[in-house]
Amino acid sequence: MPAFRGAGLISRDSLTAWLLVAPAVVCVVVLFIVPIGYVLLLSVTDPTVSLDHYRRFFTVPLYANVMVNTFRTSLIVTLACLALGYPLAYVMARRDDALAVILLAAVGLSFWTGFVVRTYAWLIILGNKGPVAATYAFAGWGSPPQLLFTSFSSTLGMTHVLLPYMVLALYGVMRKIDPSYMRAAESLGARPFGAFRLVFLPLSLAGVVNGCVLVFTMCLGFYVTPILLGTPKDMMISQLISQQIEDLLAWGFASAIAVVLLACTLVLLGIYNRFAGLDRLWG
Amino acid sequence: MAYLRLRQLVKSYDGKSNAVDRVSIDVERGEFITLLGPSGSGKTTTLLMIAGFETPTSGGIELDGRNLVARKPYERNVGMVFQNYALFPHMTATNNVLFPLKMRGFPKHEIGARAEQMLGLVGLRRFADRYPRELSGGQQQRVALARGLVFNPDVLLLDEPLGALDKNLREQMQVELKRIHREVGITMIYVTHDQTEAMTMSDRIAVFCNGKLEQVGSPLDVYNRPANRFVGEFVGDSNFFAGRADPARPGWIQLSGLGPVRIAGDLPAGEVDVMIRPERLRLQRPDEGDGMDNLIDLIVDDTINYGDSVLVIGKTRGLPLRARLSSKDGAALGPGAALPLAWAPADAHVLARR
Ligand SMILES: Nc1ncnc2c1ncn2[C@@H]1O[C@H](COP(=O)(O)OP(=O)(O)OP(=O)(O)O)[C@@H](O)[C@H]1O
Ligand SMILES: [Mg+2]
Repeated sequence: MPAFRGAGLISRDSLTAWLLVAPAVVCVVVLFIVPIGYVLLLSVTDPTVSLDHYRRFFTVPLYANVMVNTFRTSLIVTLACLALGYPLAYVMARRDDALAVILLAAVGLSFWTGFVVRTYAWLIILGNKGPVAATYAFAGWGSPPQLLFTSFSSTLGMTHVLLPYMVLALYGVMRKIDPSYMRAAESLGARPFGAFRLVFLPLSLAGVVNGCVLVFTMCLGFYVTPILLGTPKDMMISQLISQQIEDLLAWGFASAIAVVLLACTLVLLGIYNRFAGLDRLWG
Repeated sequence: MAYLRLRQLVKSYDGKSNAVDRVSIDVERGEFITLLGPSGSGKTTTLLMIAGFETPTSGGIELDGRNLVARKPYERNVGMVFQNYALFPHMTATNNVLFPLKMRGFPKHEIGARAEQMLGLVGLRRFADRYPRELSGGQQQRVALARGLVFNPDVLLLDEPLGALDKNLREQMQVELKRIHREVGITMIYVTHDQTEAMTMSDRIAVFCNGKLEQVGSPLDVYNRPANRFVGEFVGDSNFFAGRADPARPGWIQLSGLGPVRIAGDLPAGEVDVMIRPERLRLQRPDEGDGMDNLIDLIVDDTINYGDSVLVIGKTRGLPLRARLSSKDGAALGPGAALPLAWAPADAHVLARR
C-alpha cells in the first residue's frame, strides 16, 4: 500500500517538524508575546482603563521632542554608519588580499566585543583624563570642550557600536556582486567611476537598504549607550521609558511609550519588507 | 602588416613561472582566430592582456600599428564576451546593449536604432525588454554578443562563450556566431578548449600548452600536420609510434617493435615520431590498394560505437592502437578479435624527435 505508507510518512515528518520548532515556539510565546501583550495591556489599563497615556505622549511638547530627537539621532547615526561603512565594505568586498582579511577581522572583532565595553571605552577616551584632554593640556589650549555626556558623544558612541552591523550588511551583498560585471563595464567603455556608479552602486543598494533599516531600528530603541554617554537634556525614547519607570514608577505611561516605539519599529520593518526583495529580484 | 600583433608576450603572475610565455601571433583584419589549449595553458591570460585587464610582464601588443599596452581597458576599442556573460542584472537586454553606446559617447539620436538593429541581428528583438534573469542561457549569450559588438570594436574577444550551454544549443550557437562574424566582419579572437569547436569555426587555430604557443595554422594544417606530438595528441585522436629514419633507405621508416613501413614525402633523419590518425586506418581487403599500403594487425580490447562510426581500441604487437571504422565494418567486434588493417604511405605524419 504505497499510498498508505506515504500518508504515514507525511504525518510523521510533520510531527518531527513540530517537535523541532516547539522549544522555539514556547520561547517566543513566553518571553516575547506574553510580555508584549502585558505591556500593551498596561498601557491602556494602568492606573485606569483609558487612552490617556497615548494622548499625553503625543500632545505634551516635551515628549514630542523626545520623539523628534530619537528619530533625528537615529537618522544621523544611520547616515554616519553608511558614510563610514560603505567605503570600508567596498574595499573588503572588492579585494582578495591581506588588507581585506585584516579589515574583516577588525570588523568582526568589534562586532563580537560587547557594546557595553565599547561604550565604556568612549567614557575613557573623552573623559577628563583621556587622550583628548591630555592633548589639550599638552598643547596648552586650556581645558577641553565638554565632549562627554552630550548628544555628540552619544551619537558618536552609537555610530561606533552600530557600524559593524552596517558593514556586514553591505559586505554580504557586495560580496555577491560578480567582479566580472566591473570588468565588463570597463571593456564596454566605462571609466572606473562610471562603472561604480552605473553598475556596482545600483547592485549594492539592497545592502544599503538592509544596513540602514538594521541600524536605524536598533538605534531607535538603543538604551545603554545614550544612558552612559548622553545627556537627559537630549533624551532618546528608551531613556524616557527608563526614567518613567525608575524615577516615577509610571508603569502605564512607560508601557504606552514602549508600544509607540514598537509600532515605529514595525512600520520600518514593514517598509523594509517591501524592499527586501530587491537583491533577490536582481540576484 | 598584420592588424593585431602580439609580440613576444610574457605574463608572470608570481614572478617565477610564466602563465604566458613569449607568445607571438599576427592576426589579420576580419579574421576569426581560436586560441585552443588545455586548462591553465594561458588562453584567458592572453585575452585579458589584449583587453587591458592584465599588464604584460614584457612584450608588446599592437593594433593597427598603434601600441595598446599603455592604454586602459576603456581607452581601447576592444570588446569582450565573458564566459558567464556578465550581463548587468539590473538592466534590460536593451539597456545592456545601450550601455557601451552611452559610455563611448555615440550620438544620442542614433543609439536606440543601433541597439535595436544589433538585437535583431542576434534574433532577440522580441526579448528586448526582459531582464537577464528572464532569459535562457542561450538568449543571455546572444545579448552578451550584441553588447560586445554594438559599439563596433576593433577586436572582439570571446572567452569560452559557449562553455555553459548544452550540446545542441552549443552547435546552434556555433553556426550563429559564424554567421554573425560573416555579417559584421569584425576581427574575433575566440577561446575554447573544445577542439571540435576550434576546428569547425576558425580561420586559424593557435594551440597553447603551458603558456607557450605550440602552433598557429589553419584547422586542417593543425590537424594533418601538427608541429609536435602535443598538438597531434590534443587536436583530434591519434596513434603515435616511435621510429628511426635511415637516410640510406629513403621512403622507409623503421618503427620500433613493428618493423619497416613506407612513408610518403620528405623525411627527417634520425629518431622520429610517426602519427597516424585512427580514421586513416581501414579494414584491409584482399582486392584493394595499390600494393604500397602498410599493413598492421589490431587485437581488439574494446569498441565504442558512436552510431556513425566505431572507435576500436586495442593493441598491435603489444603497442596501443586505435582505429576508427565505419559502423558497418566495426559492428560485432568482440574483445580478442584480430583485425587486419591497412594505411597508405601518405596517411602518416612524421615528426623529428627533439
Ligand atoms: N589572477 C591570477 N593570479 C595568479 N595566477 C593566475 C591568475 N590567473 C591565472 N593564473 C595562472 O595562470 C595560468 C594560466 O591561466 P589562464 O586562466 O590563462 O588559463 P586558461 O588557458 O584560460 O585555462 P582555462 O581553460 O581553465 O580557462 C594558470 O596556471 C593559472 O593558475
Ligand atoms: Mg580561461
